[in-house]
Amino acid sequence: MAKILITNRDGEQSEIEGEIGISVMENLRDNDYELEAICGGQCSCATCHIYIDDAWLSKVGARNDEENELLEELDCVQPGSRLSCQIEFSEDLDGLTLTIAPDE
Amino acid sequence: MTQTIIVVGAGHAGGQAVATLRQKGFDGRIIMIGDEPYVPYERPPLSKAVLAGELEVERTFLKKDTWYPDKQIDFRANTQVTAIDRRAKTVTTSHGENLAYDKLLLATGTRVRKLQAPGAHLENIFYLRAIDDTLAIRKQMKPGAKVVIVGGGYIGLEVAAVAVKMGCDVTVLEGLDRVMSRVVAPEVSAFYDKVHTDAGVKIRTGMAVTGFEGHGKVERVTCADDSFFPADLVVIGVGVLPNVELAADGDLAVDNGIVVDEYCQTSDENVWAAGDCTNHPNALLGRRLRLESVQNAVDQAKTAANAMCGELKEYAEIPWFWSDQYDLKLQIVGLSEPGDEVVIRGNPAERKFSAIYLRHGKFVAINAINMIKDFMAAKKMIAAGTQLDPVRAADPEVPLKDL
Ligand SMILES: Cc1cc2nc3c(=O)[nH]c(=O)nc-3n(C[C@H](O)[C@H](O)[C@H](O)COP(=O)(O)OP(=O)(O)OC[C@H]3O[C@@H](n4cnc5c(N)ncnc54)[C@H](O)[C@@H]3O)c2cc1C
Ligand code: FES
Repeated sequence: MAKILITNRDGEQSEIEGEIGISVMENLRDNDYELEAICGGQCSCATCHIYIDDAWLSKVGARNDEENELLEELDCVQPGSRLSCQIEFSEDLDGLTLTIAPDE
Repeated sequence: MTQTIIVVGAGHAGGQAVATLRQKGFDGRIIMIGDEPYVPYERPPLSKAVLAGELEVERTFLKKDTWYPDKQIDFRANTQVTAIDRRAKTVTTSHGENLAYDKLLLATGTRVRKLQAPGAHLENIFYLRAIDDTLAIRKQMKPGAKVVIVGGGYIGLEVAAVAVKMGCDVTVLEGLDRVMSRVVAPEVSAFYDKVHTDAGVKIRTGMAVTGFEGHGKVERVTCADDSFFPADLVVIGVGVLPNVELAADGDLAVDNGIVVDEYCQTSDENVWAAGDCTNHPNALLGRRLRLESVQNAVDQAKTAANAMCGELKEYAEIPWFWSDQYDLKLQIVGLSEPGDEVVIRGNPAERKFSAIYLRHGKFVAINAINMIKDFMAAKKMIAAGTQLDPVRAADPEVPLKDL
């Protein structure tokens, strides 16, 4: 059992029981968060943009090159920006805290 | 009285629409009817990761199957809607039921265009639209198998890329004089032709397929110039047709798609339509069109669901699309037309370049190949109607967004 703590686009906080072994994007989508995730996790669309809480940044690891290029072009990119389809959810991420980025 | 919304078609648009309806707080009855055995799923991976065996089928589902009962969505698989009675406000299903609606959404998508040719009924001739097609094709794609692909569009070429990687002997037969001719400039077609050829795929353009021969199973594909190609399996990808018969029989306006307005409403105020099946206006493009893309299916489904909840938000997005072949990430924004000025930015030999399309100096479309930054910048610039200097645009050292 591992939790994900989420702030949605309206600023409301909630928590879900994350499924291990699938991406954070899939977890958010399965639980009805308003992510579009149009490319389905192919790192082609940037519509699964989230902000990782500072405390978790080092734990989730670094952005990959393609992800970086997509993120850098977004208007609302922040240091904690990640594409949620590029993070696999694992036991180690129990308690992961994130915010869904605005729709661009 | 609680309201009932019926969604016909459980594809990408249908799946997005029911999710948006519940997110918006619609708490009436939702019935979603789909003629496939699966919950709504993503089709793009079917010709890519699923075909390659890199992604399990379940991971293409937009939501898990338990989500639908959890959200009180009455999802009926393996069920076709066979008629709409707009006066009685009911739909009839293939199981003989009549279901009443207050509001109806048609998300019927497209179906593959079938090749009418002698021998087309032979075994091991496939089309690719649904999960079961991919699974059936995959089973036959053994190393050494002779795979003949009819149609050098995205789907044909994506299948070719996967098949050659799996060790198949792959031939692509394209009727026109270049691959992907419907959507990209000659320079981009030439690039993809070379990439596939280098990977071992035999590309034959200008080939009119006339038929298939074999004993029970397909053994060869014949062409108009009397040439023939031995085949263990054939995959045909020659385009799709919108599923509009249901709407047409129900006397809704249909013209290469179900005719809708900018809020996805049809000619009946209680009926909406979204996705591949619609002929819709787009203010940013200044014309009506029918599109086959996930972006359009998702955005229109949201527009329709919002409108059904009384929130009118006009649909106007610059279309975008992607195609993955080998290590190449092709991202397309906008719609190019023959006659557009084409500017090549970057070096095709390095497998990293963009084709920029200008119409009277205005940036209207891009094909970005492993040029993610160009894709992202282009989305905004094309929507804004930016004028570009072709000479500066050709210089990949200048970031696109600075132009
Ligand atoms: C192999 C493949 C690869 C693709 N790759 C890409 C890509 O890389 N990028 C991209 O943007 N797009 C891609 N597409 C296109 C994309 O999948 C479609 O644009 C999208 O699925 C459209 O969604 P839709 O809901 O309008 O239609 P669909 O997803 O086709 O859904 C329509 C559903 O309605 C059902 N239906 C029809 N009539 C009835 C009826 N009377 N009763 C009940 N059910 C009915 C159909 O069986 C189907 O399940 C690809 C498509 C395919 C097939
Ligand atoms: S879902 Fe498209 S980039 Fe993550």
